[in-house]
Amino acid sequence: MTAELSSVRGSLTSRTLPRPALAGVIAGAVGLTLLLFAVTPLQGVADFLVAATALVIVAVTGLTLAVEGRRRAINRLATSGALLALVLTLLPLGFTLGYVIYRGGKRFTGDFLTHSMAGVSPLAPNGGVYHAIIGTLEQVLLASLIAVPLGLLVAIYVTEYGRNFFGTAIRFLIDVMTGIPSIVAGLFVLAFWVLALHKGFSGFAGALALSILELPIVVRSAEEMIRLVPASLREASYALGVAKWKTIVRIVLPTAATGITTGVMLAIARVTGETAPVLLVVGNNNFIHTDVFNGPQASLPLFVFQGAGSSSNFDIDRAWAAALTLILIVVVLYVAARLLTRRNSLARR
Amino acid sequence: MAKRIETVALSCFYGKTKAVDDVSIAIEPKSVTAFIGPSGCGKSTFLRTLNRMHEVIPGARIEGQVLLDDEDIYAPEIDAAAVRRTIGMVFQRPNPFPTMSIYDNVAAGLRLNGVRRKSDLDSAVERSLRSANLWDEVRSRLNKPGAGLSGGQQQRLCIARAIAVEPQVLLMDEPCSALDPISTLAIEDLIFELKDRYTIVIVTHNMQQAARVSDVTAFFTLRGPGEPGYLVESDTTQKIFTNPTEKRTEDYITGRFG
Repeated sequence: MTAELSSVRGSLTSRTLPRPALAGVIAGAVGLTLLLFAVTPLQGVADFLVAATALVIVAVTGLTLAVEGRRRAINRLATSGALLALVLTLLPLGFTLGYVIYRGGKRFTGDFLTHSMAGVSPLAPNGGVYHAIIGTLEQVLLASLIAVPLGLLVAIYVTEYGRNFFGTAIRFLIDVMTGIPSIVAGLFVLAFWVLALHKGFSGFAGALALSILELPIVVRSAEEMIRLVPASLREASYALGVAKWKTIVRIVLPTAATGITTGVMLAIARVTGETAPVLLVVGNNNFIHTDVFNGPQASLPLFVFQGAGSSSNFDIDRAWAAALTLILIVVVLYVAARLLTRRNSLARR
Repeated sequence: MAKRIETVALSCFYGKTKAVDDVSIAIEPKSVTAFIGPSGCGKSTFLRTLNRMHEVIPGARIEGQVLLDDEDIYAPEIDAAAVRRTIGMVFQRPNPFPTMSIYDNVAAGLRLNGVRRKSDLDSAVERSLRSANLWDEVRSRLNKPGAGLSGGQQQRLCIARAIAVEPQVLLMDEPCSALDPISTLAIEDLIFELKDRYTIVIVTHNMQQAARVSDVTAFFTLRGPGEPGYLVESDTTQKIFTNPTEKRTEDYITGRFG
C-alpha cells in the first residue's frame, strides 16, 4: 500500500518537454502537412491552414501525453484551444478593419473630409463627406442628449429604488427594448413623427429613432456598473449621515464612472453606425445642411449605403473612405472618453 | 458631547426572521462597551440598529425602542440621516471611498453635509487625522488616493472620516478583524484616547481585545441554531472576565463553549 502510494505521488520532479523539442514538433507537423498537400489531391490555402492547425495540435498533445503525462497533455490541449479561439475571434475584426483601411485609404484625404458632395457628379472622382460628418455628429449628439441622461436615470432608479413590481417591470421592458430591430425604431418614428405629426424628414427625426436604440444599451450597461459598486461604500456614506440621493450622486456614480462611460461610448458607437433609421426618416442631402431640425440631412452610414450601391467606381471608393471615417470617429470618441474618465478617477493609480 | 444610549426590549428582524430577541441595555457615555459572543448571535445586527443602519438592508426592521439621551431615535419625526451624523460607525473592513484622496475621504462627511469653507475643512481634516493617529503618516500625501494606504492605515482613515463629523457616539463593528496585531494595537490605543470624548461601542470576536479596551462587556449568544440571539448579561468588564453571574458567560469566556 505504501509502495503504491509513493509511486502515485512520485517525486516532485517530472519529465518536461524542452522548448526546442516543442518547436521541432510544430515544424514537423507543418512540414508533414506541406508534404500531404504536395502528394495528395489536397489543395488550397484555407484547407492547408485548417489541416496544419489540426495536425500541430494533435502532434503537440500526443507528444506531451507521451513525455509529460495526461494532466499536462490536457493542459496543453486546452491552451491550444483557447489560443485558436482567440485567433478565430480576432480574424474577422482584423480583416474587416484591414480591408476598410486598404479600400478607404485611397480616397481618405484632407480634401475628402472638408468637402461636401454639392454639385459633384457620381462619375467625378472629387467630393467628400463633410456634410455627412456634420449630419452624423449632430444626429448622434442629439440622440445621446436624449438617451444618456434618461438612461442613467432609469439605471439609477432600477438599481437603487426599484426593488418593487414597478422596477421589475421596467427592467423587463428595457430587455424587450434591447431587442427592437433598428428598422422597427425607424418605422415607428416615420409613422409617428414624420408622417402622423407632419414633421417631415429631418436629422432630429433620425436622432429620435437612434435614441430609442441607444436608451436600452445605456440602461443595461449603467445598471451593471452601478450594481458593481460595493454595498460597503454606500453604507460608509449612510453612516456619515449622508442622504440617499447624495450618496448616489457623490459616491456611487463617481465610483462607477469609468464603467458607465465605457458603456455609454459603446452605445454611442453602436448607434453611430445605424443605417436603417436614418435611411427612413432623415432623407438624404448632398449639400452641407447644419439645421438638424428641418429638412433632409446627410449622414455617414447613409453615405456608405448609397455609395456602395452605386454603379460608379468613384462612388464606391467614396463609400469605403466614408466607412473608414465612421470607424475613426467612433475610435476617437471612445479614446477621448476613456482618457477623460481615467483622469478623474483616483482609484486607477 | 458624548451621549447615553439605552435600548428597551429591542428585537431585530430580517423579513420574518428574528435575529435578535428582546435586548434591554444601557450604554454609558464616555465609556467603551464591548459586545462579545459567538458568530451569528446578532451582536453586529444589534449594533447596526443603534444608528439606524439596520434598516438600510431591504426587509430589515425592529421592534422596541432605542433611546439616545431619552429621545427615541425610531420616532416617526426623527431623520435617520441626522441620527447617523450623531452616531458614527466604523465597519469591519476598511472602506475608504476609492475615487477620493485621503483629504477628500476625511472631508467627505462634512462636504456631503454642506460644509464648504476651505479653512473649516482643513482644520477638521487635520484634527480628525490627528485624533486617529494618522496625521504624521499621511500629512505629506493628503492628495494621494485613500485606497493606497495599508489596511491598518485605511481603517484609521475610516475612523478619522467617522469622527470628522463630530458624532456623539462611535460604533465599531469588529474594526480590527481584518488587521495585523500592530495595526490592532494602534486602533486600540486610539479607542482608549477617544473614550474621553465619545461613547464607544465595539463588537469584537477577540476576548482579549474586549478585556483590554472596554469598561463594560455585554455577552450575547443564541439558544440554538436558527434561534434569535439574545443578551445574556452585561456588566463591568472586570466582573464579566473574572466572576460572571451567568454560567453561559463563564463557559464562553473560559472557552468551554464555541
